[in-house]
Amino acid sequence: MRKLLLLGLVTIVGLAFLARLFYLQVYDSKTYNPIEDSAIRKVYTYPKRGYVYDRNGELLVANKPSYDVMVIPREVEPLDTLEFCSLLKITKADFIKTYNKAKNYSPRLPYVFLSNLSKEDYAYLQEKMRKYDGFYIQRRSIRTYRKSIGANVLGDIGEVNQSIINNDAYYSKGDLIGKQGVEKTYEKTLRGTKGLKLIQKDRFNRDIGPFQNGTLDTIAIPGKDITITIDSKLQEYGELLMTNKRGGIIAIEPSSGEILAMVSGPTYNPNLLVGRERSKNFNKLYNDSLAKPLFDRSLQAMYPPGSPFKTINALIGLQENVVSTGDRFSCALGYRYGNRKMGCHVHRSPADMNLGIYESCNAYFANVYRRIMDKYDSPAVAMDVWSKHVKSFGLGNYLNNDLSVGQPGKIPTSNTYNRAYGKGKWYPTFTISNAIGQGEVLATPIQLANMAAAIGNRGYYYTPHIIKKVEGDTIPSKFTTPKYTTIDKEHFEPIVQGMFDVYNKGTAKYVQVNGIEICGKTGTAENFAIIDGKKTQLTDHSIFVAFAPKDNPKIALAVFIENGYFGSRFAGKMASLMIEKYLKKEISRTDLENFVLSHTLEHEYQKPYSGEPFKINRETTLETIPTEEYEALKYLKAKIDSK
Amino acid sequence: MIRENQRRFKFDWTTIIIYMLLVAFGYLNIMSASHTGDTINYFDIGQSYGKHLIFIGLSLVLIVLILSVEAKFYERFSGLIYVIAIVSLLGLFVFGKDINGARSWYGIGSMTIQPSEFAKFATALAVAKYISDIQTNLKTIRDQIKAVLLIFVPALLILLQNDAGSTLVYAAFFFVFYREGLQQIYVIIGFSLVILAVLALKFGTLIAILVAALIIFSVYFFKKQKRGSLLQHITILLACVVFAYGVKQFYNHGLKIHQQNRISLWLRLEKDPKKLELMKKREAYNLIQSEQAISSGGFWGKGFMEGTRTKGKFVPEQDTDYIFSTVGEEWGFLGSAAVVILFTILIIRLLVLAERQKSQFSRVYGYGVASIFFVHFTVNIGMVMGLIPTVGIPLPFFSAGGSNLWAFTILLFIFIKLDSNRINEW
Repeated sequence: MRKLLLLGLVTIVGLAFLARLFYLQVYDSKTYNPIEDSAIRKVYTYPKRGYVYDRNGELLVANKPSYDVMVIPREVEPLDTLEFCSLLKITKADFIKTYNKAKNYSPRLPYVFLSNLSKEDYAYLQEKMRKYDGFYIQRRSIRTYRKSIGANVLGDIGEVNQSIINNDAYYSKGDLIGKQGVEKTYEKTLRGTKGLKLIQKDRFNRDIGPFQNGTLDTIAIPGKDITITIDSKLQEYGELLMTNKRGGIIAIEPSSGEILAMVSGPTYNPNLLVGRERSKNFNKLYNDSLAKPLFDRSLQAMYPPGSPFKTINALIGLQENVVSTGDRFSCALGYRYGNRKMGCHVHRSPADMNLGIYESCNAYFANVYRRIMDKYDSPAVAMDVWSKHVKSFGLGNYLNNDLSVGQPGKIPTSNTYNRAYGKGKWYPTFTISNAIGQGEVLATPIQLANMAAAIGNRGYYYTPHIIKKVEGDTIPSKFTTPKYTTIDKEHFEPIVQGMFDVYNKGTAKYVQVNGIEICGKTGTAENFAIIDGKKTQLTDHSIFVAFAPKDNPKIALAVFIENGYFGSRFAGKMASLMIEKYLKKEISRTDLENFVLSHTLEHEYQKPYSGEPFKINRETTLETIPTEEYEALKYLKAKIDSK
Repeated sequence: MIRENQRRFKFDWTTIIIYMLLVAFGYLNIMSASHTGDTINYFDIGQSYGKHLIFIGLSLVLIVLILSVEAKFYERFSGLIYVIAIVSLLGLFVFGKDINGARSWYGIGSMTIQPSEFAKFATALAVAKYISDIQTNLKTIRDQIKAVLLIFVPALLILLQNDAGSTLVYAAFFFVFYREGLQQIYVIIGFSLVILAVLALKFGTLIAILVAALIIFSVYFFKKQKRGSLLQHITILLACVVFAYGVKQFYNHGLKIHQQNRISLWLRLEKDPKKLELMKKREAYNLIQSEQAISSGGFWGKGFMEGTRTKGKFVPEQDTDYIFSTVGEEWGFLGSAAVVILFTILIIRLLVLAERQKSQFSRVYGYGVASIFFVHFTVNIGMVMGLIPTVGIPLPFFSAGGSNLWAFTILLFIFIKLDSNRINEW
C-alpha cells in the first residue's frame, strides 16, 4: 500500500499533463497560420495604383509621392530639439505636443510626426534625419488629380472601413480603397495586388529576419491603368456652365453608350479628398445638407421627366397602332376629362403628331395616352403593356452599369395603381398625368439621356458606361451588346422629325446652332418642398433632352437644372452649347454662353430657407453675377478653349 | 567468474537510455531556445547552447567516475558529503553571488555553480543513511524529528538565499519517509491541510471551517469503534480553525506581493477585472506567453528551429525554467507528450528499481531520487502549462545550466551504480 502512493501520483500527474497538452495543442489550437501569429510582422508592399485617362488619352488621375516624418518614441535618443525644430520648421511647443501624442499612442509603434513634406524639404531632410534616432521619413503614394474636374466621375480613395475589412480578407487596417466614382467601381483593377512580407520579430517587437527565409512572401502586382469614356474638355466645359446652378448634365455617345460627360452641380475640386485632409474636407462636403455636393445629380436625382417623356408615348401609340401620324386632336387650352382639365398653352389647333411634339401639346398626348389605355379590355392590361414599352427604354430600373451610384427611377405598372386604389377600381383618367411625363413617372438624367440615345439610334441603345479601355483586358460584353426597345424602327422617323422641329420652329427655336441638326425636347417639372410643414411649390425644374446630328447621332444628352423654370431658359441653352462644344469644338452661340455664365440661380435655392414668402415661375426674376465673378468665369472659359 | 563480473556491472539500461534521450532532446531544445543569428552549427561553443554541450561532455566524465567508484563508498561517505553540502550552502552567505535576486551561486571566473542543486543528492544520501540505520525507527517521534531536521537544514538555508522553488523540492522526502514507515495519519493530515488551505483562500475561512467541522463530526458520530472523545474532536476542529485563519493571515501579510499574486491568479481569487488585468500583466506574462507558445505548436509542432515564439524569445527564461514551452511549440503534441511519457516512465522505473533493492540504503536512496524527479517534473511542467502557481525550478535534463544537469546526473547515476551492485549485497 505504501509503495503505491508515489506510483499512483506519478501516473495521475502524467495523465493530467497529457490531458492538458491535448487541450492546449489539439482541442484548443487552430491550424497554424503565420498571418495570425503575433510573433510575425506582416509588412505589405503596396503596388502602384493604376492611372485614369480620358477618352482622348489625357491623364486625369495619377499618383504622387508624399513624405511624412515618422517617430518611434522608444527609439528616440536625447537630441538637440532646437536644431531639429528649425529643420522641420516647427516650434518647440509643437514638438513637445506631437511627441507626447505619439508616446500616448504607443511607445513602440511608428506615428506620423509631421505629414506631407514638400519634395524639396524631403531631399534636404533625408540626409540630416540619420542623426536623430527614432525619427525617419516614410514615403507614401497619394492620388493627384491633374485637372480639378469630374469629382463625381473620378471619385476618391480613403482608408478602408471596418465592415469591409471584416468581409474582404484582402484589406487590412489602414489600406486605401476607392470610395466613390471610378475609384470605387474599378477598385480591383486599379489597386493591383499588394505584396506581403513576413518578418520574424522578437518580444520587443524588433525584426530579427525573414520568416522561413521569405519563402512565403509575395510581391506586389501593380494596378492596371484604365481609360474612361469621359471627354475631359466637354466635362470641364459642362462644369463651367453649371457654375452657380444645381442640376445635372449627362452626355452619351449613342453609337456606343459611352458617357462623354457627367456633370453634377454644385461640384468640388477632387484634390480636396486627397491625403490627410480627406476626412476633414469630406465631412465638410458631407454636412452641406443644402447644396449636397456629394449627391451626384446626374445619376441619383429622380425627377418627373416632364414633356420629353411625351416622345415615348407617341412611339407607343404608333407601335400599338392606336394613332397615326396624321391623326389630329383639338386643344382648347387643355384637355378635359370629367369635370377636370389638364391645361395647355396657346398654339395652333387641332394638332397632328408633328405639331403635338414640337408645340409640346398636352391635349394631344392625353388623347394618345387614352387611346393606348382604351385599346385593351381593362386599364390594368393596358397599363402593363404601356409599362413594358416604357421600360424597354431603360427607364424605371437600374441601368446596371459601372457607375458607383444610381437610382432606378420609377415607371408605374398596374400593380402601382392596384395598391393605391384597389384592383379594378381605377380608370385611365386616374393615370392621365403619365401622358405628359408627370404623375407616377420618375427618371434620372442619365436615364433621359439614354432615352434620347435610343430615339436617336431609332430603337436601340447600349448600356451607358464609363469604362473605355482596361490595360491588357477587354470591357464587359454587356456594354457592347445593343439593347433593343419594343418599338419598331420605322416608328421613330416621325418622332425624330418632331424633335427636329422643336429646334426648327418649336419651343427650342431660339437655341438653334448653325450647321448642326439638333433634335430635342424641352421640359419642365413641377416640384415641391416642405416648408414649415406645408407643401409649397417651388419654381419648376428646367429640363432638356437632345441628340445631334439628326442622322447617325454623335451625342445624346439630358440637361436638368433645378428651379431653372421653363426648358429652354437654362437647360435648352446649355444643351445646345454642350452639343456645339463637342461637335464643333468651338462656340458660335456666344450669346447663349454669356447668358448661362452670367446668370445664377443661387437666389432661387435660398428662397425656401429665407423664411419669407416668395414668388415662383413666371413671377421670378433672373439674377446675374457680379462683374468680377463673371470676368473670372470668362477667364476660365478662355483657358479651356486654349488647351 | 566472467559471468559474475557481468552480473556485477549490470546497469539498468532502460534508465540510461531514457536519460540519454532526455539529455539529447533537451539539447536540441536549448539550441532552439537560445540560438541567435542565422547559421546553425550544432557544436558552436561560441553560442550559449555550445556551453551546454560542454556540460553534457563533462557529465559523461562524471558518469564514468560515479560508476567506477565502489558502491559502498556512497553509503560510507554520505555523512561527509552531506556536511560538505551544508558548508557550501553556508559559504554562500559570505562568498555567494546574486543572480536574479537569489544568492545561490558561486562565481568561478565566467562559470557559476549552484550548490543547492548538489545539496539534493547529498541530502538524499544522508536521509538514506539515517533511515537505513538499524537503530532508526521512523514510527517514533524522536526519529521523525531527526529525519525532518536532515532535510530542514538545507531547505532553510536555501530559503534564506531567496530560492523558494528549490526549497520546495525538499518536500519530496516526505514520500520517502512515508514509504519507510511514517504513519498514515501524517499523509492524511498533510492532504487535509492542503485542502483546508485552498478552501480557506478560495471560499473564505468560514466555509473552510464549516466543511472541516462537518467532516470531523460526521467521523465522530458514524465511526462507532475506536473513536476518540468528543473533546479530542473539538481540539482538532480548533486546530483547523487556527490553521485556516493562519493561512489567510499568511497569504495576506506573510507572502511577498508577487507570490500572493501568483496564488491569486492560480485560484482565480481576483474578481475586479481591472485589477486582474494588471495582475496578469505583472505576474502572468510568462505564463500567457508560454501557454500561447505551447498552444501554437498544435499537433505536429512547427519544426525544429522553426518556432516563431521561440525565435522571437517571447517566453522569458525559455532556455531554463520555461524550456518546455519550446518543446511544445516546435515539437507539438507529439513531442511534448513524448517528454511527459518519458519522464513518467523514468520515475516509475526508478520506483520499480528502488523496490527491488536488497539493501535498505539503496532502496531509500532510490526512492529519494524518484521523489525528487517527481517534484521537479510536476512543478515545472505544471507551471509552464498553467496548472499550478508559478514556482521557478528547472526541468531535469532540459533546462540549460551546468549545475542542475550535473546534479541530476550525479543523483541518477549514484542510484544506477547502487542498483547495479544489488547482486553483491547480502
